[in-house]
Amino acid sequence: MAEYAIQVNGTRHTVEVDGDTPLLWVLRDELGLTGTKFGCGGGFCRACTVHVDGRASFSCQLRISAVAGRSITTIEGLASDGRHPVQEAWIAEDVPQCGYCQPGQVMSAAALLAENPSPSDEQVEGWMSSNLCRCGTYNRIRAAIARAAKSSGENHA
Amino acid sequence: MLEPLSRRRFLAVSGGGAAGLMLSFSLPLESLAREVEVAQSDEPNELNAWVRVSEDGSVSFSVSEIEMGQGVFTAIPMILAEELEVDWESIQVEQASVDPRFGRQLTGGSQSIRHGFDSFRKAGAAAREMLIAAAAGQWGVEAKECRAERGVVHHSPSGREASYGQLAARAATLPPPQDPPLKDRSDYRIIGQRIPRLDTPSKVEGKAVYGLDVRVEGMRVAQVERPPTLGASVESFDAAQALKVTGVEQVVEIPSGVAVVARSTWPAKKGRDRLKVEWTPGQVEVSDDSILASCRESLDGGIEVRNEGDAEAALRDCATSLEATYTFPYLAHATMEPMNCTAHVTEDRCEVWAPTQSLSSTQAAAARTSGMPLERVVVHPTFLGGGFGRRSATDFVEDAVSLSKAVGQPVQVVYSREDDMRAGFYRPVGYNELAGGLDADGQPVAWRHRMASPSILREKGWPMRQGVDFAAVEGARNLPYAIPNLSVSWSDVDLPISTHFWRSVGSSHNAWVTECFFDELCAAGGRDPLEARLKLLDEHPRHQRVLRVAGEKAGWGGSLPEGHARGVAVHEAFGSFVAQVAEVSIGPGGRPSVERVVCAIDCGDVVNPDTVEAQMEGGIAFGLSAALHGAVHFDQGRVVSGNFDGYPLLRMAEMPRVETYIATAGDPLGGVGEPGTPPIAPAVCNALLALTGKPVRSLPIGSVA
Repeated sequence: MAEYAIQVNGTRHTVEVDGDTPLLWVLRDELGLTGTKFGCGGGFCRACTVHVDGRASFSCQLRISAVAGRSITTIEGLASDGRHPVQEAWIAEDVPQCGYCQPGQVMSAAALLAENPSPSDEQVEGWMSSNLCRCGTYNRIRAAIARAAKSSGENHA
Repeated sequence: MLEPLSRRRFLAVSGGGAAGLMLSFSLPLESLAREVEVAQSDEPNELNAWVRVSEDGSVSFSVSEIEMGQGVFTAIPMILAEELEVDWESIQVEQASVDPRFGRQLTGGSQSIRHGFDSFRKAGAAAREMLIAAAAGQWGVEAKECRAERGVVHHSPSGREASYGQLAARAATLPPPQDPPLKDRSDYRIIGQRIPRLDTPSKVEGKAVYGLDVRVEGMRVAQVERPPTLGASVESFDAAQALKVTGVEQVVEIPSGVAVVARSTWPAKKGRDRLKVEWTPGQVEVSDDSILASCRESLDGGIEVRNEGDAEAALRDCATSLEATYTFPYLAHATMEPMNCTAHVTEDRCEVWAPTQSLSSTQAAAARTSGMPLERVVVHPTFLGGGFGRRSATDFVEDAVSLSKAVGQPVQVVYSREDDMRAGFYRPVGYNELAGGLDADGQPVAWRHRMASPSILREKGWPMRQGVDFAAVEGARNLPYAIPNLSVSWSDVDLPISTHFWRSVGSSHNAWVTECFFDELCAAGGRDPLEARLKLLDEHPRHQRVLRVAGEKAGWGGSLPEGHARGVAVHEAFGSFVAQVAEVSIGPGGRPSVERVVCAIDCGDVVNPDTVEAQMEGGIAFGLSAALHGAVHFDQGRVVSGNFDGYPLLRMAEMPRVETYIATAGDPLGGVGEPGTPPIAPAVCNALLALTGKPVRSLPIGSVA
């Protein structure tokens, strides 16, 4: 056990855990941020996606010792105020079914759009194919990403 | 450190701020429940919801069916609100717990709406009539002179009006009407509309509480090391290394294996990895090949489930005959949220927080495991991170209760992905021999289908009919085609692998077997698959309707790019009729690429068309995932598949465009959660037959190059 300081959603936290503890379990069990989901523990499903210094990352594959001092954003902190445009688009398209994978989907999509505000269909498919959805909401996810891209494009026009 | 959720937050995010609601009016519905029980003898106690109106006018609905993605959390309130005559925006909804007034609480079989529709309508209407009667009594006027509208009762002759909130206390003292008048469908304002799901915002914001998100004061987390081979049991274990892991507190043996109990999830997993357990060998003789051989050997001695004409003679005497063997593998449900459950057993009480499809079975399992009487078991439902049938089992409940009982603290048991994959409860494997005969015109005149698959019902100890598992033969026994000589038989297969209901159950494989072999006969007879189906479905107008719509919208018979082909399939399941046309090409590595699916469904009356479309897309994705990738493999008694690398699921790049058309003529409601799944595998395989000339006779499809 050792102490690690991490910045999560703009707040500094100190946790005392083993250094090999995945960020996922620090968020869920130590900080009570249960919006980030455990799906596979192997980096195959991306339900655990968070942003580390703005980049989409599998929190189940990141040891706490490797992210100490880094800035982490979870679904709870994606929007500093109200909802993020990607979340608004998700609601407008009524994407979720069971909803379990959706925080990870939203975090992946938000990272994609931050990097590439108007991705092509192929780029969306290539990027989002890392995120599994067992309910089969893929087509609504496509529509929601297109909607979010369009709305942010309009806002910047 | 695991911090508990407050009760208030738990309820608020589970449903919408009903936690602080004053309960001034509760509608007892036993009488309605009994009526439903009489009407539906095969599925008793279908009543699902009750209505509360508080004195501040807020309306709260309890939903006794479980939300696992299929939309009941929105659909049931839509029906209640319609008949109650309240604005949609004014309602609050919460997930109900176990309540004897609801009867058996099991969400499955695509039944929630199709069996509950009339009960929900009556529940809403009865509450409305009580509020009207309260107003009439208060004003000393005839109830028939009053009408309810948007949460207010009006008396037009006198111009008086009172809100539901003002009437709630008085209404609560009145007897519920036994036969309240129901609205005419032409007056519906909510049913039939595209109403956004009530659970969407919380799911998009990460606030929805699933089983794994439950936090209880003093809660410990456990992982269980389970038998590595089928039928193995613990000989001995050495916990010394596990107990050295910081945060690990105890190691205990429970019926399902050896559990490591820790302060949080990661130490539980680390401790579990350091456990040393000696197991008995188990049934190491079981492998994929031996499973299939057992199925094949069981074929003889099958029970006849349908016999018309003389299939043997017709096969002997026909102009052309064809034989084929179709096999399909075990499948896992692979819900995105791994199995889990939280329990707290004290001296006089057992409390369970369970992501379960069956509140009733969960309560019973917790009572059995804890030794408590039923009335001392409290079950808190959560949202489900996928169900698909898997969460109607109770293995995870038994684990959590056993563990809490053993350690005297609240315990959350967490299955790893590999535990989830290997703990059993699979869609059964199957082996099918088919023979078909055509007359000189290429018209089917004989059909013989012999099938062997392990019986889920037998394994559960549920009733069979004349020795037949009707869930295993559904969709094959009732082959809709007018073929004069027809024989269908089924054999049980006794294998040491636990099976369970998997989205669309027997139809998940029987639609594939029968619809693919039908296309083989079409090919042998030189007939168009769509035309041939329509011709033999004169007695089945709803099959014909969805086939025609799907065919027309897909441009059946029209030109396609080089290397593309269409396939069609139709299937009736859970009271609904679905036809799908799949457009398929061959992608990299000879793997099928499904470009587009046109889906037509006749599910009778529709509550929320947006949900019907979502369920068709979801059902297609689920069936396509199985068709392209799904197989749980066994080797020397071990389950080979573990994580998503060994049990791949459909990803976005493989998801076809889907167009759904609702083609209904106002028949009674059918289900929508499951019927979208069965037709996709045969539609895809039939397209491949058209494209390559070779039938696909075993699943998953794999490479066809």
